[in-house]
Amino acid sequence: MLEVTALHKKYGDLVAVDEVSFTAHPGEMIGLLGPNGAGKTTTVSMIAGLLRPDRGEVRIEGDLVRSETDPVKLRIGLVPQEVGLHGELSARENLAFFGALYNLRGKPLQLAIDAALDVAGLADRAKDRVATFSGGMKRRLNLAAALLHAPSILLLDEPTVGVDPQSRNAIFANLEELKRQGKTLVYTTHYMEEAERLCDRIIIIDHGKVIANDSLAAVRRLVPGVNILEIGVENPGREGWLADLRAIECVSAVEWDGAALRVTVQDLLGDSPAVLMWLREHGYRSSHIASQRADLETVFLTLTGRSVRNA
Amino acid sequence: MSYTAFHALVKRDLRLFFQDKRAVTMSFVAPILIGSFFGYIFGGVGDSRPPSKIAMAAIDRDGSAISKRVLAALSADPALDVKTRGLEEARDAVKNGKLSVAAVIPKGFGDSATRAFFRPDNKPEIQLLYDPSHGPELQMVRGMLMQHVMEAVSSQAFSGTGSQKTIEDSQRDLAASGLPPNDRQTLSRMLESIDAWNQRQQAGLQANPQAARQSAFSMPYTVKEEAVTARAGVQYNSMAHSFAGMCVQFILFMGIDAGMMVLMQRRTGLWKRLQAAPLSRFTIIGSRAASAAIVAMVIMLVVFGFARVVFGVKVEGSFAGFLGVCLAFAIMTATFGLLVAVLGKTPEATRGIAILVTLLLVMLGGSWVPAFIFPQWLQKVSFAVPTRWAVDGMDGLLWRGWGVHEALAPIGALLAFAAVFGAIAVWRFRWEVEGEA
Repeated sequence: MLEVTALHKKYGDLVAVDEVSFTAHPGEMIGLLGPNGAGKTTTVSMIAGLLRPDRGEVRIEGDLVRSETDPVKLRIGLVPQEVGLHGELSARENLAFFGALYNLRGKPLQLAIDAALDVAGLADRAKDRVATFSGGMKRRLNLAAALLHAPSILLLDEPTVGVDPQSRNAIFANLEELKRQGKTLVYTTHYMEEAERLCDRIIIIDHGKVIANDSLAAVRRLVPGVNILEIGVENPGREGWLADLRAIECVSAVEWDGAALRVTVQDLLGDSPAVLMWLREHGYRSSHIASQRADLETVFLTLTGRSVRNA
Repeated sequence: MSYTAFHALVKRDLRLFFQDKRAVTMSFVAPILIGSFFGYIFGGVGDSRPPSKIAMAAIDRDGSAISKRVLAALSADPALDVKTRGLEEARDAVKNGKLSVAAVIPKGFGDSATRAFFRPDNKPEIQLLYDPSHGPELQMVRGMLMQHVMEAVSSQAFSGTGSQKTIEDSQRDLAASGLPPNDRQTLSRMLESIDAWNQRQQAGLQANPQAARQSAFSMPYTVKEEAVTARAGVQYNSMAHSFAGMCVQFILFMGIDAGMMVLMQRRTGLWKRLQAAPLSRFTIIGSRAASAAIVAMVIMLVVFGFARVVFGVKVEGSFAGFLGVCLAFAIMTATFGLLVAVLGKTPEATRGIAILVTLLLVMLGGSWVPAFIFPQWLQKVSFAVPTRWAVDGMDGLLWRGWGVHEALAPIGALLAFAAVFGAIAVWRFRWEVEGEA
């Protein structure tokens, strides 16, 4: 079990992480959500022992990490956001190196390497230099390297950035299997659909603070009845039009992606006419209209007033 | 400390180094090539080749027996390549860098020079036109000219066929001089004795020309040159210094690269993995230092092995002392690399300043040109840099024949530098990398 209590970290005047607390249990995957710069990576870095918190503590199965060489760190596996591999070495050589960092050697190391290569689906490329791998293969190996020493807690910092759909699905399958094995997983991402698919619990962080921490269903309930009205607009344009639209009483949020408006409303049937009438009265032409139920993206937008991708 | 992890980290560093073709080229091929080049131009192996000659012109505007004799002596000197030129032609050749020096023997030189022994107020003037970029060659020509002129003038004045006239002129000059009577009489008697001796020589010349020539005036000494090296019979091999200097230079460059690798790894997930593992910072820093020291030792063994096989550069002193200096320098280089890694903020910002510092260390250490060429104050200052100790130590053990006890000073100095660099590296090591939130 992972217990994070009141973690706090400042860089100069900037509060990167502000009293973040949560608990993650065996067999549970926690989704740490937030835009770039929200404090996700700093939080994960403090859990992994990369950064010393200014305040607060991290307990791994009840134990504090007291030093750089504390054996408690053997229970943590880190999948860094950047691919942390040696391109000049083969997949097997990379795994042998990372295994040795956790004091693995001899037959146990070879068995762990074989298992990790199977997880990454790279057994047939074990002797090839990592520099020759695709981005997806590197990401899979990046994950496998964190599993060599069989950690009970796995910290995954945006592990699917720049990954092709096939590799992404392979990584998801691996993570679901790890969850079934009873490992505790902390997964940071700004891809809402990944969190929706994988995570049992969602922690939304913005400006270093936890603004939501609950199951996916409970988080959705934070914004009951929220709906998105998507309207294709053929002639957007005049300055300040989004602000004017946002000023309509029933509108919670407005986003424009260059082709379509995403207008957040509470009551789809009751509020939509007011929005459509406003557009018509101001001379805008619509190409299409669609609606969708609130997803995590919407939740984030509602809670912070910003899109997670554009924040 | 986890020895499994330490071993893996060192093995990883060595593997990455030897897989990097650029690093291997810079560390092995470059010192061998440049060391060979510098060694060749500074004397080559055993210095058995004919020395390069100084190109000079001699302009004889006198045409006397003395000036002709001086010219003949200069032309016969193995260190000089004497060409006969007109004055303006010689001046142009010096100006254009084709000649280093032109010596102009003025009209009346022969007469004036012999009389100048007793009339120092009327000395003839030999004009030397020289290329200012060839200062050392001017000094050499000046010395050789003095030797040949003194031989020719003294021989002509006191032992040649024209000596009687010289002595008569000198007697007149003496009589007219303001010297005290006693001094005049003494010098006059000396001249009379020389005249009498010359007349006997002239008589002997007719009977036995060879014997007369042997008893003529000549330089009062001869020179026996002996290069003082490790032992009698051991020739100086300029490749030794050259290879030592280039080894020091390119190993320091390797040290910079080792530091750069740390800086670059800090930007990647690799560094995070190292931090996340149960490793002490000593294991991480120490393994980096150990691998850099091993690479430095391998470079020295390969480069000096090449110098031994191809150019016959031997360790004429204590082999153990030589290994000790190499090892101490390797350790110093490793800590220098750590210093680069610790003090540098980014690879881009650090590389330029690190190379500049290294080049300064290399220059002050005497890697390019021996330190004795430096001004005195700079020679003293240069002991404040580790490279001076390394180059001096290698020189001493390669060809000066130092024993172990003489090697202790450079070994101690290099280890002291390593201790200081290492202490600063540990003190300033930033474990945390401030990055994105």
